[in-house]
Amino acid sequence: MDVKSEIKNIIDKNDVCLFMKGVPEAPQCGFSMALSNVLKHLNVNFKGFNVLENETIRQGIKVYSDWPTIPQLYIKGEFIGGCDIVKEMFENGELKELLINKKLI
Amino acid sequence: MALSIEEIKKMIITSIPDATIEIKDLMGDSNHYSAKISSKIFNGKSKIEQHKIVYKSLQGKMGNELHALSITTEGK
Repeated sequence: MDVKSEIKNIIDKNDVCLFMKGVPEAPQCGFSMALSNVLKHLNVNFKGFNVLENETIRQGIKVYSDWPTIPQLYIKGEFIGGCDIVKEMFENGELKELLINKKLI
Repeated sequence: MALSIEEIKKMIITSIPDATIEIKDLMGDSNHYSAKISSKIFNGKSKIEQHKIVYKSLQGKMGNELHALSITTEGK
């Protein structure tokens, strides 16, 4: 399977998927920690995919979304944003609204 | 090689000429910056598109030489 299909598979299987450095229990980068904390705070079930354990996905995800940085958040298959955008959406309530609309919380 | 505030500004201005840019070196280490950028080019675009425009102006440096640049964008 090519990397694009592999990523699509992960995103399709998990309604809320965070590509991050480290795991939600032990993030290894401040930005990944920030987003993981936002999702925990909203009490949403999410899959944390540790890119540090998979170099192919780590590079592939940047191409997939045409986005140069990690973390990256996907909800129901759609790329939502990186740290800055998701934090902004959390602060203005948009993220919670989106999760409620998608019946995820 | 870390980038200076001036170098970052220059790259952004080169591709977004009308940009108003405010950059802070958050830790004084030339490695963790925050940038607030406004431009007409952002009008009517989603946040993802707006940030992509900024990333493109940095010509692949984001996520490489530039480890930490937090971005806030707005239209004009």
